[in-house]
Amino acid sequence: MSLTKSILEGNRLALARLLTQVENDLTEGHSSLAELFPYTGKAHLIGVTGAPGTGKSSLVNQLALQYRKTTNKKVAIIAVDPSSPFTGGAVLGDRVRMRDLSGDEGVFIRSMASRGSLGGVAQKTASIVQVFDAAGYEIIIIETVGAGQSEVDVARLAHTTVVVEAPGLGDEIQAIKAGILEIADVLVINKADRPGVENTERALRSTLKLGHPVKRVFRHHGKTMAVDAPTTDPHFWIPPIVKTVATEGKGLNELVEAIAKHAAHLDQSGDRVARDRARLQSEMEILLQGALMNRFLEHIPQEQYGELLEKVFSRNISPSEAVKFLLNGNPK
Amino acid sequence: MTDRKIRVLVAKPGLDGHDRGAKVVARALRDAGMEVIYTGLRQTPEMIAEAALQEDVDVVGLSILSGAHMALAPRILELLKKNGQDQVRVFIGGIIPDEDMPRLKEMGITGIYGPGASTDEIIRDVREAVK
Repeated sequence: MSLTKSILEGNRLALARLLTQVENDLTEGHSSLAELFPYTGKAHLIGVTGAPGTGKSSLVNQLALQYRKTTNKKVAIIAVDPSSPFTGGAVLGDRVRMRDLSGDEGVFIRSMASRGSLGGVAQKTASIVQVFDAAGYEIIIIETVGAGQSEVDVARLAHTTVVVEAPGLGDEIQAIKAGILEIADVLVINKADRPGVENTERALRSTLKLGHPVKRVFRHHGKTMAVDAPTTDPHFWIPPIVKTVATEGKGLNELVEAIAKHAAHLDQSGDRVARDRARLQSEMEILLQGALMNRFLEHIPQEQYGELLEKVFSRNISPSEAVKFLLNGNPK
Repeated sequence: MTDRKIRVLVAKPGLDGHDRGAKVVARALRDAGMEVIYTGLRQTPEMIAEAALQEDVDVVGLSILSGAHMALAPRILELLKKNGQDQVRVFIGGIIPDEDMPRLKEMGITGIYGPGASTDEIIRDVREAVK
């Protein structure tokens, strides 16, 4: 029986195998993914991001438990941790906090190393999401690497982005910087039993008040994400702030409710379609870039390429001149 | 990025709470370029087999210091097999009496490492086993 057929019938081993093929960019993986693609588009994708140590994994554990308790939906978790920039190795430790979920056939946890990708998720995370989506996982939670200020790729991927903060991590200036707070659809203050929670909440709230509502459709990788002019639409989504204590399961009802409200908002405003389209377009364009690059390099003799690189290394020509030369055949 | 990364599950079944050894090995395998999924303490054989399945690992490394290896190891091997993961290689590190080693090997444990084993040896054996 084909791998895709087994996956559609709910075979977990087949699913795990395909995830590996896709992650390793193997040809078999590509063709299976192509067969599965028509079955995608049904899941709600929840991104969970935030600084290291804010409690993302514990929160994801509780969030998945909550969905399993209150719905019949199958839950997939993609937990991304960083790869070493030197050896390419990784220790993926998010499962340590997710032991409550074991023994439940309706939950599938997959750890992923970032493998050199800098945006907080791995390059293949989008494809992994598609496999889970086709396999009938209606809730897919993507946990990013511990994110700093600009690891915002998850917002392009997810329908609802949950940004996790914890008391004591920064003042109001941190909160008005661009980047990670901007991508929040739902803000969580985890560890809300710790001192300083009022200050964190005040800082986040004042930031939300300062903000001009903008329509957020995330587009091109690495380029400015497309943003329309500030809107005065009264139905505009303002990220709610939810306080949780993940280790005790507190505040999870409220979090699930906030995510559901945001999902309803996406449907009503048409943003779900817009985000899906933008995501698929950017996915296609990233693949196109890679493919064009490969095809282009095939037509350039390695020797010539090496010589050109040497000229750049010795500061004879600049990298941009080298590119012009490669494209047009004459330097400068 | 097309090279196949070796994926290893490092798990601690049973009730003893000493995970220093498991962490040292996890770190060493990481530094050897492998992707190590670390599950933490007090895992049941069922939890370990389930994690091995979801993560589609090549290798499972068990750290057992409690003396319960003759009960835990066969159970984990049995569950892996039941899940269709016969090809997964299982290694054990910890306190294993010499007289138990042949029986564990017979059951299908690929390598056994006691105190003083070098991480280089473990890395070499893991690489060899998944070739």
